[in-house]
Amino acid sequence: MTAELVRGQNHPLSQARLEIRIAAGTPIVAAATLGDEHGQVHGVEWVVHPGAPTLPGLEVSRQAAADHRLAVDLGAVPEAVHRVHVLLALPASGGPVRFGAVAAPFVAVTGLDGTELAGYTITGLDAETAVVALELYRRQGAWKVRAVGQGYAGGLAELLTDQGLPQAQQLAHDIHEAVARGMARAVPMPPPLTADGDRPRQTTTPAPGADQGSSATQGAPGAVPPQPASPYGTQSTPAAGMPQPGHGSGPADSAAQPPTTGGPIDYSHPRRQNTAPPPPPPAAPPAPPGQPARPVAGDATGWSMEERLYNQVWGMFEDLARSTAAYRSAVDFADSRMEKELDAALADPRHRIGGQGDAAREAARAKHDQLVEQARAAYDRDLDQLRAESEVVEPALPAAYARWDNPVWHGYRVPFEVPMAVRLGDLHLPECPELRIPMLIRLPLERGLWIDSGAAGSLDGSFLDSHELHRLAMETAVALAARLVAVHPAGDYTLHVIDPAGSGAQSLAPLVWSGVLAAPPAVGAAGVADVLARLTQRVDLVQMAVRGGAADSLPPGLDTSEQLLIVNDFPHGFDDRAVTQLRYLADEGPSVGVHLMMVADREDASGYGPLLDPLWRSLMRLTPVPDDHLADPWVGHAWTYEPALVPPGSEVLPQVLNQVAEARTKYT
Amino acid sequence: MTVNMTKGQAISLQKNDGGSLTAVRMGLGWQAAPRRGLFGSRTREVDLDASAVLFADKQPVDVVFFRHLVSDDGSVKHTGDNLVGGVGQGGDDESILVDLSRVPVHIDQIVFTVNSFTGQTFQEVQNAFCRLVDETNGDELARYTLAGGGAYTAQIMAKVHRTGAGWTMTALGTPANGRTFQDLMPAILPHL
Repeated sequence: MTAELVRGQNHPLSQARLEIRIAAGTPIVAAATLGDEHGQVHGVEWVVHPGAPTLPGLEVSRQAAADHRLAVDLGAVPEAVHRVHVLLALPASGGPVRFGAVAAPFVAVTGLDGTELAGYTITGLDAETAVVALELYRRQGAWKVRAVGQGYAGGLAELLTDQGLPQAQQLAHDIHEAVARGMARAVPMPPPLTADGDRPRQTTTPAPGADQGSSATQGAPGAVPPQPASPYGTQSTPAAGMPQPGHGSGPADSAAQPPTTGGPIDYSHPRRQNTAPPPPPPAAPPAPPGQPARPVAGDATGWSMEERLYNQVWGMFEDLARSTAAYRSAVDFADSRMEKELDAALADPRHRIGGQGDAAREAARAKHDQLVEQARAAYDRDLDQLRAESEVVEPALPAAYARWDNPVWHGYRVPFEVPMAVRLGDLHLPECPELRIPMLIRLPLERGLWIDSGAAGSLDGSFLDSHELHRLAMETAVALAARLVAVHPAGDYTLHVIDPAGSGAQSLAPLVWSGVLAAPPAVGAAGVADVLARLTQRVDLVQMAVRGGAADSLPPGLDTSEQLLIVNDFPHGFDDRAVTQLRYLADEGPSVGVHLMMVADREDASGYGPLLDPLWRSLMRLTPVPDDHLADPWVGHAWTYEPALVPPGSEVLPQVLNQVAEARTKYT
Repeated sequence: MTVNMTKGQAISLQKNDGGSLTAVRMGLGWQAAPRRGLFGSRTREVDLDASAVLFADKQPVDVVFFRHLVSDDGSVKHTGDNLVGGVGQGGDDESILVDLSRVPVHIDQIVFTVNSFTGQTFQEVQNAFCRLVDETNGDELARYTLAGGGAYTAQIMAKVHRTGAGWTMTALGTPANGRTFQDLMPAILPHL
């Protein structure tokens, strides 16, 4: 039966062989002193401490720890000893400097089998750095334990002096020395998270820049990606992964070993060097005082540069959405307040004569202008920061996230891994049209894409004829499809095209010529039926295999890569059966890797009535010309979408597609 | 240095060195009071909810509460709903973070309220407190203890309002009744 002791309380001990367990929230030093019947400690040889951890009947740990187990055999303690004091102290080097700053230590006296005989939580400590926790004492031939809890602000030296030890000062010093030696051997506690500075930031941190962003994500062709950034490279020698020899083989042995400085623990397999640990995020240079920190590309959380950039872009998107919400809300409020005040001024009969009414109106307008000005200033501050961030982020983006005019596309190599996301275009708000946020969508696509060739008018008021609009829509589709196939590893992404009337032939030319298509664009009703039937069958088979848990029983000829079906001129060439199959693909395809990209004008399919509404709703609508139909997920602003198009006259698209086709021939 | 505030007391949110605060956190902590009686171990869970209402010239503009965790402008963030309160003592069970430098210019008051969503009165709540923490360094600026729980289900805790270029916090501590902040609006308005 456990006795929870309070300070000063005692408890009889029925056993002579005991264990004293100490639990504290932080590493502490445990020691014990032996005293005669008056409590007097006669010399350093009457003290067990980390530097001299054993005495007859007593043993303490050699180092500071959050948990201790002291072995005590009261039967083996010399006859002259009448009192055993168990001491706790905070280590002198590092860590908290007062017991008040740590969790209250708990000490328990247990039997050898672990049954707790008495427990005591040492509460009420503050500036103390050493404390007498327990006293074991002889009383009429039997041993008892008393909860003491006497703290000493002066530390071990004061505590030992109080126990009558003449060499207290020297001994306290020796104990701390021994603890420091022990600490140097031990795996250090992870450093507390501080703002900066304290963290061991490696000096080999790569300079953030365009070349790093591209090399980290684009995948170098060699088997071992260059890892100039690996901060753990020096640590992952085989020795670090092996147990240190001589550990626990006596203090002399350990002391002879040069103390190794504590570094971060390396969890990587010592011989698997080619899985590079994530490079550390680029460190932002210190900001000049009074100014916001200069933005850095990749300054977000993530395991890889790619993920960091993805998160950073989404962070910019959210920040812009929210800053704009703040600005619009302030301006709306200013407008409504001015209106109210103007109404009030008009309604007040006293204002009808003289200049008072004018003055009131003037004051209302001034208030309005002042608030709007303040809001604009705050908004401009945010925009400046985001603009600066955009300027560093945009060049650092990997190909999948980059605009077609980014130089990274000229250094394009077929990647070995599927990227996290792909850029479908740019988003901006009317308040700051020059600030473009990349619209990054996670891969694999969860929804099909619908490039609307029927948008009547563009934002700038210029009306394009339907033919021109359709050509632009097709170009958008080709640019997106080319991007999708280019950012996937060779052979992992297959393009199918349905172009029943051949009206998209001109736009599709880059895809056809380079040979990245699985087959020439399907024409006519028969072609449509054939492609749809094959893809539908594939979806069926894969779904069955997945649901049945029998992925290995798929027919050997089945192409398991992701498929993208581009449908031009819907519903031309589609019969009812084909329409049903298309809807099936749109619903069920994405989960098994069959994706849909429609280039269509909804009006053309109006003959089907509301039957197709679910299809249109299930697709993500994109426009070939800037159009403000996309809402952000936070506050729901209308964002203007602009597709990611290849700049006119640029040869980058054929170059990229040629490389893809070349890699595909090698692959197959 | 913590200021223990009493009802109606106002403190200015200036740092000791004179600089104004940039980010503060309003923390709310509570425990369900153990019920006496035969099945005393059957403590009933109490779901208190912290909300912040943003006012521009006495017009509510935005509300941050468990169904709208971030104000539209992003300056006020709720860390999430806690349905049962603290098992231990002293910690914040719900927090609302306010980035004072990013609060839109027209917002001049932010009122913090606590409601008992499950309908228990504050008689059944122990150790309820509301505190204001300087988020940049973790210092507690002010603590307001919900003294003596009474037979009401909501409390208007405190408000933070603009004074000159800085912000001031005023402890309100007005009892009210209601399930969510909407029910409290009539009770809040006199304090603006």
